[in-house]
This record gives sequence, structure tokens and C-alpha cells, in this order.
Amino acid sequence: MAQAALVQAQGATLARTKAAAGPRVKTSAVIMTLYLVFLLLPIYWLLNMSLKDNSEILSSFSLWPQDLTFDNYRTILTDASWYMGYVNSMIYVVLNTVISVSVALPAAYAFSRYRFLGDKHLFFWLLTNRMAPPAVFALPFFQLYSSVGLFDTHIAVALAHCLFNVPLAVWILEGFMRGVPKEIDETAYIDGYSFPRFFVRIFMPLIASGIGVAAFFCFMFSWVELLLSRTLTSVDAKPIAATMTRTVSASGLDWGVLAAAGILTIVPGALVIWFVRNYIAKGFALGRV
Amino acid sequence: MALVLDNVSKVVDGRTHIHPTTLTLEKGTMNVLLGPTLAGKTSLMRLMAGLDKPATGRILWHGEDVTDRRVQDRNVAMVYQQFVNYPTLSVRENIASPLKVAGRPKGEIEEAVHKAAALMKLDGMLDRKPLELSGGQQQRCALARALVKDAGLVLLDEPLANLDYKLREELRAEIPRIFEESGAIFVYATTEPEEALLLGGSTATLWEGRVTQFGPTPEVYRRPADAVTARVFSDPPMNFLKIAKAGDRLLFGEGQSVPALGTLAGLRDGRYLAGFRPNHLELEPPHAGCLTFPAILSETEITGSETYVHIDHGGERWVGLVHGVRSLRHGSSMNVYVDPAHVYVFAEDGALAAPASYALAA
Repeated sequence: MAQAALVQAQGATLARTKAAAGPRVKTSAVIMTLYLVFLLLPIYWLLNMSLKDNSEILSSFSLWPQDLTFDNYRTILTDASWYMGYVNSMIYVVLNTVISVSVALPAAYAFSRYRFLGDKHLFFWLLTNRMAPPAVFALPFFQLYSSVGLFDTHIAVALAHCLFNVPLAVWILEGFMRGVPKEIDETAYIDGYSFPRFFVRIFMPLIASGIGVAAFFCFMFSWVELLLSRTLTSVDAKPIAATMTRTVSASGLDWGVLAAAGILTIVPGALVIWFVRNYIAKGFALGRV
Repeated sequence: MALVLDNVSKVVDGRTHIHPTTLTLEKGTMNVLLGPTLAGKTSLMRLMAGLDKPATGRILWHGEDVTDRRVQDRNVAMVYQQFVNYPTLSVRENIASPLKVAGRPKGEIEEAVHKAAALMKLDGMLDRKPLELSGGQQQRCALARALVKDAGLVLLDEPLANLDYKLREELRAEIPRIFEESGAIFVYATTEPEEALLLGGSTATLWEGRVTQFGPTPEVYRRPADAVTARVFSDPPMNFLKIAKAGDRLLFGEGQSVPALGTLAGLRDGRYLAGFRPNHLELEPPHAGCLTFPAILSETEITGSETYVHIDHGGERWVGLVHGVRSLRHGSSMNVYVDPAHVYVFAEDGALAAPASYALAA
């Protein structure tokens, strides 16, 4: 690999020294293309599979569908046991995002604006919640929610995911809020704004990108989380990820439908990323640029 | 009708930021808080605004105790040294925001915004966002928002410190005009004695969390109550020299003495501290009978039309401000001259014993 790169680099140097006319291949462009192909290959293969029927998937090797079909998608969009998986997932993910961000906003404001006993320890402790694997919490949540009758409800999954998402949202929002000078708060109070009015009218628009990034991360983590959502649901709130994995064991291997389900699962995440792409870099730095 | 600080103090983490202070600011007056950085100007303003609660004491507004009243209900306006505006709102919305919160009718708000914008020369940029404006325009936007509110107490915390020279001149000329129109109590914090003198009104000099003197600005300048006030109200700071009085003469060391005349005649014999302003230090004797001090030149700063002369006189560092460009060799010995009429005499504890005779005549 390294040798190949070296040879390529030498070739490029040669081409440059000759300064000959004709198509010159840029080394960086080649490497970038190879990398993108490498990244997109599994996704392309998924798409490829989702547009074939099972016999074609299993019988032959083809780079694109020989016999294009949308039956797999039709199955998913018409069969309630499939599309309800998406509906359930969306419900608890949106619920979770709304709860996490609205709880984290005042918490982050407190951390960014006030000093109180143990504030730094509390802030760090919030983060450590993200360090424990979800499997640790699966058992207590299952037992707790079963005993209070929340088992197999959307709110149960949404609340369980708050365990990870609230600390994350607090951490992100605190970074963005700290970038807003305290004088703006004070000027607003002097101007006569009450705290809630200031917070909603002045402060939230100021950190709108932070709220967007926090919401995005909550959405993504909740959307991809499988273990807790599968443990806490059975039928009524069954998420799509659970539907997909259970289908593998139950009805044999319906490759085409599973592939179509996979494509449809990627779509919401891709859409959300598209909307917040400009803020993502700052979000990964957690606002601490 | 006044703002009264009654024995107000401020303590943060066991450190005293403001020592117990009593001040009365009358309605319709311009008050300057003059002091170096960290003297407590901003702390005092925050107490007046109600942004901080005093550790002790009361704050009275028109005779009513407002110590525990929320900032929102205080009817104050404040402008910071940093340009503080609401970045997401347009200039128009920024200026209108205090009125909007107060729930004034639309037409009235529109009218007030246009008046304030015209006054601050922001007419053409009402629809822009504050961050698209220059620094001076941003600060004018903040000033407009403070003025439009028609508050009874307007606090300006070094509003011009971050502006360039020309803008500062412009706004500095406008502020007294605005103040005349408003009829409110203005409080203006600054580190520059010159600014205090230009604004007029009353001046409170601050030093390490204490108000050392409060009175009409020229009066404080001419008759500083103590050596610290004199030091604060002089830029560069006042020069000091230990002297003594014996009989009817003031002894300036090195066998120099002048007759103790006028107010000085009444002083008791003993040690004193003499002080004179940098602009009263001369490099040529203006007339006979001047005090002459040998000194060593350590540095000169030439500003164009004037020269700051840093000299060393028997261990005391003095600064002189003389006209014209002087090219002097560093380390050279020289004589400097001071007219006795320009000398303030302070007691050893710093209290003013006798003002300079020129100041009394003025």
C-alpha cells in the first residue's frame, strides 16, 4: 500500500517535471476517490441489494440490478409490522430530542452563568454518564419500567435515552452559552426583560446553532441506539432497528426487504445531517472552538 | 429627587471591592466617576444599577429604598465599555427593545427610535445587524438604546474607551448635549482626567474602592482633598516631594527655601508633602524666585507638540509635560524649575494642608 503510494507519488513528480501536455492525474484526487469509493461501497451494495429480488441477490454477482424492482420498498411501506417500526422510532426519537434539549437548556445556562457549590464536579459527573455502556442500564430500566407500567411505551425509550442525551446536550449547550457575554444578559434585564422573556427572545436565537447541534446529536444517538430501545419494547413501541434484526431470525433471510429497510433507516439521519452540516464542526468541538 | 447611596459597600469572596460609600447624585446632574482601572468604578455602577446587591447599606431613589428591587423595575439604562447589543436583532429592533418590553404603542416606539437614531447618526443603518456596523456605530447603537428608554438614571461605563480618537472626540462632544436634553441623572465612568474636565458636572474620584472626594469637577481639580485624589486627577500623576516648614519658611531640601505666604503661613511647623502637576514642571526658569531641583533625565516621550520628560530627583521619579520637541540626552544631569505658586502642600497623612495659590486665584 505504502509502496504503491510511493510509486504513484514518483509518477506524479515525473509528470510534473516533464510538464508535458495531455491529461495529468492528480495524486490527491486519486486517493480521495479511492477513499470515497471505499466508504460508499457498503452503502451502494445495500442500495443495490434493495433493488433486486431475493433470487437475483443469491444466485448471481451483479454490480447493478439486472432486473430492477421496487417490491422490497412496497413491502415495507404497506406492511404495518414494517412501517410501524419507523413510526415508533420517530416518535421516541423526537420525544427524546425535545425532552433532552428543553431540560438541558436551563441546566446549561446555570452551568455557564452561575458558580455554585460543586458545580465543576457536577458538570464532570454529567459527562461520566456517557462513559457507561448502555447494557449496564438495560436491566434496571427494564425492571423499573415494567413495575411502573411504562414497559413497551414510547416515552419509556425516550426517557431511557435521556440518560445519555441530557448530559451531552448540557455539555454542548454550555460551550455555546459561554461564548455569549454576560453583559448581554444584564443589558436585557436593564432594558426590562424578565428572565423567561430574555431567554426565549434574546438568548435562544443567539445560540440557535448550538441548539441545532445539540438536537442533532440527541437525534442521532437516539436513532442509532439499539440495546435499550429493544429491551424496553415488545410490540407497541418496537423500533425499526429491532424489527430488522428480529426479522433475520424469524422469517429466514429476506435479503431484499432487509436491504430496503436499511436504506430507509439511513435516510432520516442523512436528512438531519444535511440541515445542520454548517454547524457540525463546531458541534463536534462541543462549542469550545 | 435624587439617587442616594447610603453607606453602601461591596464584598466579593472576602475581599472588599467597595468600601462603605455615601453619595448623593442630584436629579439632572452629570456625575463623573474618575479613577484608574480596578479603582471600583464598574463595581459602584453595578450597585447603582442594581445588577449587584450591596453587602451593607441602602440605595434610595427619590427617597424610596430600592436596595432589593429588581434591575427590571429600577428605571435605569446602562452602556458598557464593550459594545453590547443584541446580535440577532436589527439596529431598529435593538433601539426599540426597551420600549417594546415596556409595551408602548407602535407609533410612539417608531417615533422614539427615529429620534434616537437621528441623534446618534444611525439613520441609514436601522435595518442592519449590529455586527455589520463599525465599532463606533455599534457603541452609538448601544447609546441610542440607553437613551430611548428615557430612564431616570443613565450609567455610562467608559463608553468611549474602545473607540478610536476621532470618534471619541465626536461622541464626547455629543454626550453633554444629550444629557442636557434628558434631564436624567448621568453617571459617567472614565480613567481620563481630561474627559472628566471636558464633561464638567461633578466628579467623584475613586481609589482602591474608596470615593476620595466628590464635588464640582473644577473644584475637585483645583482643590483635591488629599494627595491620592490629586494623583488620580492628574495625567500623568502628580509629582511629590517631601518638605518641611520651619518658622515662616518652607524648606525644600538642599538648602532651598521659600517664604510661606498666604494660606501656607498658617501651617504648623513640621513635615509635609509637596505636590505639583507635570505641566507645571519647567526646564527653564520662568522667573526669578523659582524652586530649582537638580535631576537626572531617564526618558523622554515626544507626542509631536509636547514632550513628556521622565526625571529622577533624589530617588523620586517625576514626570514633566513641556511644550515643543526637546531632544535631551538620557542620563544627563539637568535642572528643573517649579513655581512655588503651583505647589500643593499635603499633610503627612495625605490630607490637603494648603492648595496651590494659583488654584485659589482661578
